[in-house]
Amino acid sequence: MTKRRTWLYFIPYGLWLALFVIAPVALIIYQSFFDLGHHFTLGNYSAYFQSATYLKMTLNSVWYAFLITLFTGLISYPTAYFLHGLKHRQLWLLLVILPTWINILLKAYAFIGIFSQAGLANQFLSFIGIGPQQILFTNASFIFVATYIQIPFMILPIFNALDDLNPAFINASQDLGASGWQTFTKVVFPLTLPGVKAGVQAVFIPSLSLFMLTRLIGGNKVITLGTAIEEHFLTTMNWGMGSTIGVVLIIAMVVVMLLTGDQKPKGGTPR
Amino acid sequence: MKRKLANLYLILIFIILYAPIIFLIVYSFSEGETMTNFHGFTWSHYHTLFTDPRMLAIVANTLLVALLSSLIATLVGTLGALGINRTTKRVTREALLTMNNVLMVSPDVIIGASFLIFFTMLGIPLGFGSVLMSHIAFEIPIVVLMVLPRLREMSSSMLDAAQDLGATTRQLLSRVVIPFISPGIFAGFFMALTYSLDDFAVTFFVTGNGFSTLSVEIYSRARQGINLEINALSGVMFLFSLLLVGGYYWIQQASHRHKQRKRGVTS
Amino acid sequence: MKRLISIIVALLAICGLLGYSSDRLQASSGSTGSHVLNLYNWGDYIDPNLLTKFQKETGYHVNVETFDSNEAMYTKIKQGGTQYDLAIPSEYMVAKMKRAHLLKPLDQQKLTGWHNYDPRFLNQSFDRGNRYSMPYFWGTLGIIYNDKYVQASEVQHWQDLWSPKFRDKIMLIDSARDIMGMALITQGQSMNATDPATLSAAEKKLNELAPNVKAVVADEIKMYMIQNEAPLAVDWSGEAAEMLANNPHLHYIVPSEGSNLWFDNLVIPKTATHTKAIYAFLNFMSEPQNAAQNAKYIGYATPNKAAKALLPRSVRDDQQFYPNQQTLQHLQVYQDLSPAKVQLYNDRYLEFKMHH
Repeated sequence: MTKRRTWLYFIPYGLWLALFVIAPVALIIYQSFFDLGHHFTLGNYSAYFQSATYLKMTLNSVWYAFLITLFTGLISYPTAYFLHGLKHRQLWLLLVILPTWINILLKAYAFIGIFSQAGLANQFLSFIGIGPQQILFTNASFIFVATYIQIPFMILPIFNALDDLNPAFINASQDLGASGWQTFTKVVFPLTLPGVKAGVQAVFIPSLSLFMLTRLIGGNKVITLGTAIEEHFLTTMNWGMGSTIGVVLIIAMVVVMLLTGDQKPKGGTPR
Repeated sequence: MKRKLANLYLILIFIILYAPIIFLIVYSFSEGETMTNFHGFTWSHYHTLFTDPRMLAIVANTLLVALLSSLIATLVGTLGALGINRTTKRVTREALLTMNNVLMVSPDVIIGASFLIFFTMLGIPLGFGSVLMSHIAFEIPIVVLMVLPRLREMSSSMLDAAQDLGATTRQLLSRVVIPFISPGIFAGFFMALTYSLDDFAVTFFVTGNGFSTLSVEIYSRARQGINLEINALSGVMFLFSLLLVGGYYWIQQASHRHKQRKRGVTS
Repeated sequence: MKRLISIIVALLAICGLLGYSSDRLQASSGSTGSHVLNLYNWGDYIDPNLLTKFQKETGYHVNVETFDSNEAMYTKIKQGGTQYDLAIPSEYMVAKMKRAHLLKPLDQQKLTGWHNYDPRFLNQSFDRGNRYSMPYFWGTLGIIYNDKYVQASEVQHWQDLWSPKFRDKIMLIDSARDIMGMALITQGQSMNATDPATLSAAEKKLNELAPNVKAVVADEIKMYMIQNEAPLAVDWSGEAAEMLANNPHLHYIVPSEGSNLWFDNLVIPKTATHTKAIYAFLNFMSEPQNAAQNAKYIGYATPNKAAKALLPRSVRDDQQFYPNQQTLQHLQVYQDLSPAKVQLYNDRYLEFKMHH
């Protein structure tokens, strides 16, 4: 095997890593050590870790991202599973992705129309006799819309994992007398776990930094790390502090990656 | 019974997924100015849309950036995934993967601002080029994430067998690896497309000199409330993508059947 | 593999087609060439008919690019790589840009329209002698109420918002300076206070308001208020004007004890290149006819005295948007505070947002 040739293929990716990942990250880390007057300081970090506001906000973000990921997963797994059993499954999968091509702001506005006082949801509630409720600006509506946005990003990797599943395993399991549920919990789910992990990575971390929805749907009652960064970069123009929170986010990502990364060395699973 | 429940569940999910889009499209036919009350049927918003060359140019720009950047990102990302998959040391792989994901977690504003600084430092003029490069940059990680699991599923015995049969690296790639991971590649391409069409903040920072994309236009118009011309546009784009997806699937099916028939004859 | 390659070729062909058509479309809307003016503006903040008229009179085509916040615009202009000839920042941003040497001074010799402006809106603290900026529109911060749910007499003063009967009824504009400023005024302080203790007291005051706050949102307030989503809102007069135009139940009040007076201004960024077109445009926009037409389209208050005289009486005499001299005297313009002072505002405001 010519190792040299393989690395040739790797050059564009390596170039991308250097120019668009390492350079900007270095820039962010560099900036996080400067205060508003462009003096070197550790103050941003001490401010972050000593401020009850920031720590509370961090916990809040993590909690909401966790909830969003959980709900997305709970909804997406069965969807991917059932979709995979359909005849024209590739077509249906494409139809799951299609809604994501409509701009997120427009969808948010549509949800505002649906959830508002005179909106469809409240008309329905009035119709069945419950009467109009405050739906917008509640934590529930924020989580609902965030979950809505993330669902396709979770379904796709799970669906792919199901696609890779060798049907022989399922047949074998059934031949050995396992019930449908047992087959699912003991064979199908463990084997599709990589897909779930990929989905969690694709959903959890971006959920930490949601910002448009927190304002439009959540009415800024939920403040995430993303909101804070947005504010520091665009309103306060305190890029140092914004970068500091950015560094915290990157560290959070590394932690999530380590938690969901595969523990077993490659080739350890039977194939 | 079970099947029925499953279908019911799927129907529910699809209703939820499409509800906001249907809502947008319904209002694109409303005579009113906002998305509050339906005021009677009209085509006028579609008329405004198709007589607005600036808007149409923006749509063309948006699609161009999305398609071209996704194509390049898919190429680079797939090669990257192959590279990452080759690494034998776990630490190296984890490090590469972490770096890969940095752009996925960084909020758009940070990415946008740092790309802007980066481009201006290098003296790259802002416009189509800078937007295209940024889109490629933030699409690559998702492609890698979509392709990598596929590669991992590929058994090494299959590769060994191919190599034993005398396949060169190039043949190995084009005959064995690429066909096997192509679902992942397609998934990556579609996700890249999605990211590109959805992005606002990064594009906003790195664009300039008259170049604009749809989401930037929508965000700046949102200050005055979304006008229904935008709804009409979503309607057209939705119909267009529906046709695209349907057409693509139909062609795929047809070629699939064709192949099967051919195989049936020879064997 | 073959299929993959054919797909790639097909996609490239589509890209070529798109590039070509985008080029043609741009050419047909006339945005290229040397007879142009690049205007960097807020979204939908100028009457498009005026741009057509300007082109007809002078031959310059105006390319409009839009931004959605002062800060984003500042970042773009500061980093360079762009060629904006004119931009429209708010007053505190004019001062900030001036300090960062991002503005070119106005060549007073070439400006012919100053006599049309109301002297009360010139020579402000952010730009003494109007050396760098020409006012575009001005306005206030105030309370919007919906007469279906709230009586005018119930909301004459800022303090009225704190009433327990308005629980979960108020929407606030997401702006640190304005919301903190509101709390400061309610406590009889200056909107430009920088003393940490005073600001902390204002934050405490805001936290007391938290139960009444339904949401803290940005431009969307307009849409929400038009849809009767909330009975009360705190927002700028320009936004209010649009709400009122779309929902007859809405009204706007500037509390007489004081409020903010803001300006949006035309300035020439350092990146400007088309000097002739710039002054032609500035003079064009100073003409009473044109300024009046723009004011009618946008619905904001014009600083152009001669243009105001051309507006219908019902607009001119509207106390909501052209407040009387007595209220005007109590209005305060935001001073450009140092970044550290601004940080004091933002930290407390963020804490308030976290509070509810």
